[in-house]
Amino acid sequence: MNKMKLSITGDKVFKNTTMLFAFFVFALVFLMAYEMVRGSELSLRHFGWKFLTTTTWDPVADEYGALPFIFGTLASSLLALVIALPLSIGVAIFLSELAPRWLERPVSFLVELLAAIPSIVYGLWGIFVLVPWLRNSVEPGLIKSFGYLPLFKGVPYGFGMLAAGIILAIMIIPIISSISRDVLQAIPKTQREAALALGATKWESTKIVLADGKSGLLGATLLGLGRAVGETMAVTMVIGNRSEISASLLDPGHSMASVIANEFAEATTDMYTSSLIEIALILFAVTIILNVIARLIVWSMTKKFKTT
Amino acid sequence: MKNREFRNHHWRKSKNTIMTTLSILSVLIAVIPLFLIFFYTLAQGISALNIDFFIHMPKPVGENGGGMANALMGTAILIGLGCLFGLPISIFAGIYLAEYGNNAFGQTVRFFTDVLSGVPSIVVGVVAYILVVIPMKQFSALAGGVALAILMIPTATRTTEEMIKLVPPSYREAALAIGIPQWKATLRIILPTALKGITTGILLAIARAAGETAPLLFTALGNRFWSTNIYHPMASLTVFIYDYAKAPFDDWNRQAWGAAFVLIVLIFIVNITFRYVTRGRYADNQN
Repeated sequence: MNKMKLSITGDKVFKNTTMLFAFFVFALVFLMAYEMVRGSELSLRHFGWKFLTTTTWDPVADEYGALPFIFGTLASSLLALVIALPLSIGVAIFLSELAPRWLERPVSFLVELLAAIPSIVYGLWGIFVLVPWLRNSVEPGLIKSFGYLPLFKGVPYGFGMLAAGIILAIMIIPIISSISRDVLQAIPKTQREAALALGATKWESTKIVLADGKSGLLGATLLGLGRAVGETMAVTMVIGNRSEISASLLDPGHSMASVIANEFAEATTDMYTSSLIEIALILFAVTIILNVIARLIVWSMTKKFKTT
Repeated sequence: MKNREFRNHHWRKSKNTIMTTLSILSVLIAVIPLFLIFFYTLAQGISALNIDFFIHMPKPVGENGGGMANALMGTAILIGLGCLFGLPISIFAGIYLAEYGNNAFGQTVRFFTDVLSGVPSIVVGVVAYILVVIPMKQFSALAGGVALAILMIPTATRTTEEMIKLVPPSYREAALAIGIPQWKATLRIILPTALKGITTGILLAIARAAGETAPLLFTALGNRFWSTNIYHPMASLTVFIYDYAKAPFDDWNRQAWGAAFVLIVLIFIVNITFRYVTRGRYADNQN
């Protein structure tokens, strides 16, 4: 009897201990938010909403506005999405609909390996391979053929929004395509069998599967976007680091993550540090929102097909 | 009439072929950068590698040669600190999720763990700066360790959970049937069985942490000298690559490639090992 009691107490103690740690993981997200709000109080108070809409970034005058960085992050991430999305969906279709089993595993693995390469190595490759290639081969051509468009006006620096967009695209393809593959694979086989039995071609059955997985694919896209928005090193190394808003993809820019990476260690005044922490807070909020929405979509979608 | 139907059929067939081709093409385009980056790093990196590179210190600015011994040591210490802070939390949280997590609280924790994995590493660096660097009034390896710990927690927690769940229920049932309390069954039977998977999962988290640069830039900062003091700035492989890549010296750039090569090889080995150890298991679990 006594021993029984002991084991029940043991179970309780063990369960509560592990629960405490689980709670810590959960609380960590809130702790991070709290610390950053506290750390950016100075700039939140002083600049208010103006922080988001002004373009001056002047450490000498201690005046800070984050618009150029917000613009840079948006522009580079959207550019990355435009390049990566069609390719990722293509990869996902290949892996879930077309590839034979013996080919699916190794290709998935290669794509996932791409996600394991550290951002700094992408940046290194960006500086020494991608940027010179853009500067010498791609950008002069773009300027020659499309130079009349504001999008492609300017000087071929190599460093700039285009380089950042391409590097980001390479980095988010593995994420979007592997989640999209999971989404497509979660859709019951019967959907495809029904379509094929009615005489549909493989592509027509794939179209039906894509329509079924629409919301899940949106979730995958948002997760990729979340990654692109927060990506730091690779972008910092190729975007050119100039806090200007320009319509041209060839011009250098700056992103929220890259300004923090570049200037945080050297921030001299309290207001300077506080402003950079506020940028981190914005970045945190944006990625959390993107992630929450995306995870909810992917979860509800895979759940729906698991229960039916 | 018949002719039109035939043509329609023909069009549907060609459309199918076009889309299949496009899909295969996108796989090729997506995988090409992997090979480009890997082989370029291999080609550039291997020429920078020699014994000196691993056991010597960086030379003063302008001098050729030298190595990254301090950066290797620094990365090892930073990862050690990250494990020290992050792993106990992750393993216990993972045990909770696997053993008792089938409720609303478990779902919430799981959800927030996934969300945490989406937080940019630079933001984690800022948090570590606020939590450690500001109170200590100094950049330190300790702050870098805290940042890496936060980054490791999501991966380590979820893989611990997954690996424990892969242990066949019959093991637990057998243990409980002979009267072992549940917590003992978890610690003595389930954990040792799942240990191999958990270890490789943790190695995966470590590999990811080893490749992080952004959260170290203003926590561990970097150091051109040998240092094992965790209360002082410390060098790391990744920050070494960053500094040397930006530098205007060819020899430094070459060394950056060398360090990148070392990093990539380490990470690939861990990833391939993880694949090998968990081969087949994930698939069984999903079906």
